Amino acid sequence: MSAATGTRSISPPTPAAVPAGNAAARKGPRLWPTVAALLRKELLVELRTLESVPAMSLFSLTTFVVFHFALNKGSVEGDLAAGILWVTLLFAAILGVNRLFVADAEEGGFDGFLLAPVERSALLFAKLLTLLAYLLVVELIAVPAFAILLLATPLWPALPGMIATLLLGDLGVAVIGTLVAALAVRTRARDLLGPLLALPLFVPIVIGGARSLAPLLAFAHRSGPSARWLLTLGLYDLVFGLIAYALFDFLLED
Amino acid sequence: MPAIELTGLVRRYGERDALSGVDLSLQMGRTLVVFGPNGAGKTTLLRVLATLLRPHEGDVRVLGNAIPEQDWALRGRVGLIAHEPLLYRELTARENLRFHARLHGVGAERVHELLERLAITDRADEPVRTLSRGMVQRVAVARAVLHQPELLLLDEPYANLDPAAVELVAPLIGAGIDSDRPRTRVICSHDPGRGLAEADLVLGLRGGRPALLAQAGAVSTQEIAELYR
Repeated sequence: MSAATGTRSISPPTPAAVPAGNAAARKGPRLWPTVAALLRKELLVELRTLESVPAMSLFSLTTFVVFHFALNKGSVEGDLAAGILWVTLLFAAILGVNRLFVADAEEGGFDGFLLAPVERSALLFAKLLTLLAYLLVVELIAVPAFAILLLATPLWPALPGMIATLLLGDLGVAVIGTLVAALAVRTRARDLLGPLLALPLFVPIVIGGARSLAPLLAFAHRSGPSARWLLTLGLYDLVFGLIAYALFDFLLED
Repeated sequence: MPAIELTGLVRRYGERDALSGVDLSLQMGRTLVVFGPNGAGKTTLLRVLATLLRPHEGDVRVLGNAIPEQDWALRGRVGLIAHEPLLYRELTARENLRFHARLHGVGAERVHELLERLAITDRADEPVRTLSRGMVQRVAVARAVLHQPELLLLDEPYANLDPAAVELVAPLIGAGIDSDRPRTRVICSHDPGRGLAEADLVLGLRGGRPALLAQAGAVSTQEIAELYR
């Protein structure tokens, strides 16, 4: 008997390749309406449960308070400030990554999705946008708290460059976080496996994000964000975006 | 054309054969009822047919499509009622059904129709986690038939339902999609009386292997009971 380990179709072939007998195959909605339906569901579930964003925000605030007292300094700046901000945001992101697919895995949402006539990459985009939304909300709370607790001078002049850096970093975190969460969620050790896989992959984001942000937070000699490190962050996002797009269908398979 | 053709189907979990040596052919519009004690492989068979599990050996064709090579062609044509309701507990019944309707490209009027037919309109805007098991089962039935699938895979579809609810649910998961389109069904059951009444073909599983395969008319309730001993 033929083992089912051979080639597997992960996406519908082109219409020309569809055998005539399959003409009845249902056509579902296109990619972006599916992404919109999934995203709406994700945000509704989060609004009802408040499981991820409050935990991530509270973690960030608590960490800044701990740094405020532990460093025994009135304020930080430059490399140290940028490092503290990025490390805190990445550990907060891990909390969101760990919960990203839990409702789907525990409540059968995966099966419901897999039975529908939709592109499976829609789930990647929806989860990625969900995590990105979580990070942006957390940063709306965490960055002002960071400025109040750990910076000596106003953040306003640095804000445009900071927003660009954070957005590029967030995109990378969202892509890698979604990929890792999809990989870990069907394992018994998902709470451990998620961070173990994600943190090494987040390291280049910490490096790129902190190096890019440091000149903005060097208040004595403030300059714009490092273009070289912004470009590095952008390339890293692109590479992992392509990897996630290529691998995601396989992660949903049995 | 057969709706389901299985030849030498094997599915393993680790080293254990959950299903082994299953051969059968079910014609379009017919109903296969699967009996067997807990752990016999009934749910595994449904999940293989639904394309949620890959067969490890053997040939599987569902609605004319080889599984897993052409599993994409079955999406949207199969309805599944599983042990789990496949519903998000924090969303309401209406939100869950609308979500699945969007995935299947089905309009909101079909959601409204099913909520009415299953008498869940009054509770439709309450989170699923607050509903009784019977109500959740009704919503799960609505989800499974929302897109009027050609093949229905039903794992104990009447579980947790009271007699009145059974009367509401039965026409929706019956042998016809509508008046002129037959529907193929695979039902897992522990109820010999109801199961035999619905079956055209009967499969009895024990330890993942077929212990009985016969036309429903040739099977007695006594033979079904033997499977559980």
